[in-house]
Amino acid sequence: MSEISLQIDGKEVAVSEGTTILEAARSLGIEIPTVCDHAQLSPYGACRICTVEADANGRTNLVASCQYPVEKDMVVRTKTEQIDKIRKVLLEQMLSHAPDSEQLVALGQIYGADRDRFEKESSFCILCGLCVRYCAEVKKKDAISFFDRGAKREIAFLPEIAMQECWDCKECFPLCPTSALQAAYVLTEALMTPSVVPTPSCGGSCGCK
Amino acid sequence: MDIGKIDQIIDKHDGEASSLIQILLDIQSENHWLPKEALTRVGEKLEVPMSRIQHITTFYKHFSLSPKGKHEVHVCVGTACHVRGAERILDTVQEVTGVGAGETDPDLNFSVETVSCLGCCALGPVIVVDGEIHGNVEQAETAAVLTELKQAETDEVMQQCACE
Amino acid sequence: MSRIKSPAELEAFRKEILAQRDPDKPCITLCSGSACNATGSGKVAAALELEIEKQGVTTEVVSRRTGCHGFCEQGPIVVIYPQGICYLKVQPEDIAEIISETIKKQKIVERLLYVDPNSGERATLEEDIPFYKNQKRLVLGSNRKIDPRSLEDYLAVEGYQALTKVLFEMTPEQVVGEVKDAKLRGRGGAGFPSGLKWDFARKAPGDQKYVVVNCDEGDPGAYMDRSVMEGNPFAVLEGLMIGAYAIGANEGYIYVRQEYPLAVANLTVAIEKAEEYGLLGKDILGSGFDFTIKVHRGAGAFICGEETSLLNSLEGKAGEPNARPPFPAIRGLWTKPTNINNVETWANIPMIINKGAAFFSAIGTESSKGTKIFSLVGKVNNTGLVEVPMGASLRDIIFKIGGGVPGDKKFKAVQTGGPSGGCLPEGLLDTKVDFDELSQAGAMMGSGGMIVMDEDTCLVDIARYFLAFLSDESCGKCTPCREGIRQMLKILTNMTKGLAKEGDIDLLFELAEATKGSSMCALGKTAPNPVLSTLKHFREEYEAHINEKRCPSLSCKALIDFYIDPEKCKGCGACFRKCPAEAIEGGKKRIHVIVQDKCTKCGGCHEACPAAFDAVNILSGVPVPEATPEEARAIG
Repeated sequence: MSEISLQIDGKEVAVSEGTTILEAARSLGIEIPTVCDHAQLSPYGACRICTVEADANGRTNLVASCQYPVEKDMVVRTKTEQIDKIRKVLLEQMLSHAPDSEQLVALGQIYGADRDRFEKESSFCILCGLCVRYCAEVKKKDAISFFDRGAKREIAFLPEIAMQECWDCKECFPLCPTSALQAAYVLTEALMTPSVVPTPSCGGSCGCK
Repeated sequence: MDIGKIDQIIDKHDGEASSLIQILLDIQSENHWLPKEALTRVGEKLEVPMSRIQHITTFYKHFSLSPKGKHEVHVCVGTACHVRGAERILDTVQEVTGVGAGETDPDLNFSVETVSCLGCCALGPVIVVDGEIHGNVEQAETAAVLTELKQAETDEVMQQCACE
Repeated sequence: MSRIKSPAELEAFRKEILAQRDPDKPCITLCSGSACNATGSGKVAAALELEIEKQGVTTEVVSRRTGCHGFCEQGPIVVIYPQGICYLKVQPEDIAEIISETIKKQKIVERLLYVDPNSGERATLEEDIPFYKNQKRLVLGSNRKIDPRSLEDYLAVEGYQALTKVLFEMTPEQVVGEVKDAKLRGRGGAGFPSGLKWDFARKAPGDQKYVVVNCDEGDPGAYMDRSVMEGNPFAVLEGLMIGAYAIGANEGYIYVRQEYPLAVANLTVAIEKAEEYGLLGKDILGSGFDFTIKVHRGAGAFICGEETSLLNSLEGKAGEPNARPPFPAIRGLWTKPTNINNVETWANIPMIINKGAAFFSAIGTESSKGTKIFSLVGKVNNTGLVEVPMGASLRDIIFKIGGGVPGDKKFKAVQTGGPSGGCLPEGLLDTKVDFDELSQAGAMMGSGGMIVMDEDTCLVDIARYFLAFLSDESCGKCTPCREGIRQMLKILTNMTKGLAKEGDIDLLFELAEATKGSSMCALGKTAPNPVLSTLKHFREEYEAHINEKRCPSLSCKALIDFYIDPEKCKGCGACFRKCPAEAIEGGKKRIHVIVQDKCTKCGGCHEACPAAFDAVNILSGVPVPEATPEEARAIG
């Protein structure tokens, strides 16, 4: 594989093709904040905290450094006023779900995020997907999954699989940036979901029991 | 739902995992909803993890994981229908059927869904009742169509219910 | 008919078809697109068949059920060729007269003609109707001439000539060059140069490549692709095959949303016919080129219009986007190089090959060539599909073709580009339809939805509407899109309910910047556009909602009250009878009064009150005056 040279925050670096900006920055000791990144998992690009500014092919773009592959002669800035503002808003949005997450609170302090900026959301989950991806990619059990989409997107355990696989694993719990308890809560709730009770042919409308 | 029928649908698509969505669509259109047994069967035959099936069936709007009402009412809330008063039509549908968007009544008579655009924008507002498109509907017309269906259902249930 | 094995056989077959067709023989075409079907085209067709038989004209007339003619609001539409006599809103009971008068006696049935709502004039011929007169229907034109399920009909309008030319006279490089020279830009939204996109996929290393048709037309208020797919599926197939040849693909996928059952049905028939005649499959026309097609029905997700989401969906997964790069041209379906274009883009290809890049690039503006189809809908007199050369002004489309805003209402805004687009005010009506000019104005070409709004439309509510749509349709994978839309929607909803706070506009800007800047895919990156464009052009409406709790368009339910002006009420009882909530106190010759606690604000009373009285007022931002006391309600 050929070497690609680029510049990050004014420092020159040469890395092999296919390396992400995040990896290249780390090799220089430049720290870019991340939430959904994990060494054992393929890049996912969900939290977007790692957004950086990159000049390549004559254009300047904001890109997720965890997924964006380095390009020849690219110039990357990992900290700008705009990026800081974006990270602040993203953290405030995540903190509205998980105001007590140690990791988020710590990052929030760096970027001046106000954890009470937005109304508290009912779910504690920030949908980073670490649990879902770890279970699928590392454990290959698929005991937990995403459900639905958009603002209704959520994670849940699949009770049938979880009952067999999770009790002696629970390796996903410490991965959760919001709280391991939360993951346990979701699990318990899923396990306790009662199955659907069949309805009579009339649907009960005729007054029968 | 009959397992044989499910297998038939799976076979029609050569049992390929990439056809998962097509298979689920066929089951949905055959059965009007996706029972758990059907999903389990599809997962086994296609060797697809249940997590993916669950994600897909909740991700795509056309799938239903609970039984649908006998009559399916779709209210188009696309932009063209919206500016021509779709919201008021939706209110009327809810008033008459007692069923809100995305819901089915306990008697399984009506399911009401909103759809983002049916591509009949020139006829807005549009509703689809049991597959039939009604264009340029007003509140009164909407009410009339649904009231008739509702009355027919009430009559039928009272006559046919065989339980003690 | 057996397989056609060579270009010579194809031409012989075409000649045979044309020889059987007398261009002077009356041909009754009936629009059978989805909209006309909804207004009863099926029954009209049955009546037509019956009546032709009954009146004994089976040998003198041909009838044909065609695809969408575009003037959907006036359907079912009948056009009689060769003259092009156009009858609108035709019902089964009109058919006997059409045959006995127009076919047998060459007399016009006046009452079925188009009447200009402004001038009151009638138009006999299709080409005289202002709606059609000001269009340039290069792509949609064939829709009204052919039965979408008939390969013979398609061959009769030069079908598969372009494919033959490409397979036998052009190298793949030349085909790509022709599309590049035509300067065709993708019709799906972003307007990326198609030739360039093809070239990337062609040059990408790999033996296995794919071509894909994107017919996941999810933009609410847009149905161009549906009509092309329903009305002329062979043109899409031909375009796709030309692209496949150019790129080096032998397999194609067509992604159609299942909300378009007729498009799926017509397309399926077209594929079967093409296979039967050897225009799909192995060694097409003896050229050595193989090509097969699979149809994939979308299961209901707007995000699948985004190409990487569409590819994930084709693979049987949830429609979530992938990061780009790698672009699908390099790593697409099943990691192979893949070229995706939208329906309208593909449908332009046969014409570009047949007529040449020079013909195509002579139409339009410097940066946008050819024509564009728009679905002109909303508060406009002539609603339907319009195809205009690039460079036409919004004003011409809305007023010349669309006939302006109905009633005596004032035009307020036009929304283009769907949920990623923006709303433009009257002052920008001279903006030309051109990818770059629309973007500069704060809107977007998008796939072609053009929704006209009048003074009754609240732009804060429109922004809320689009954000609500996007909140539901976002895949929810990345934070800025999912959470940013959630928060923006909350603010906008509060505004329409009179719960907005000072500083909300600044907060909207801040959220918009984060969502735009850091979202993964185009859905998120463009999601703030409905908010930003309305804030740019209609900021005073936002301020009225926030500061005065007033909806200037008198549209937001929570901010309006209905009130009967006691000075104007004649006690006619029209509102009383219409009210579904029993919220009106009336009585013979008595001033009617709305009981505010009971009023559901459905607006029925306002509609019911005779225009001559105009007694039901809609109030916003002001308190409702005290009701006239019971004892003072007697009139006269």
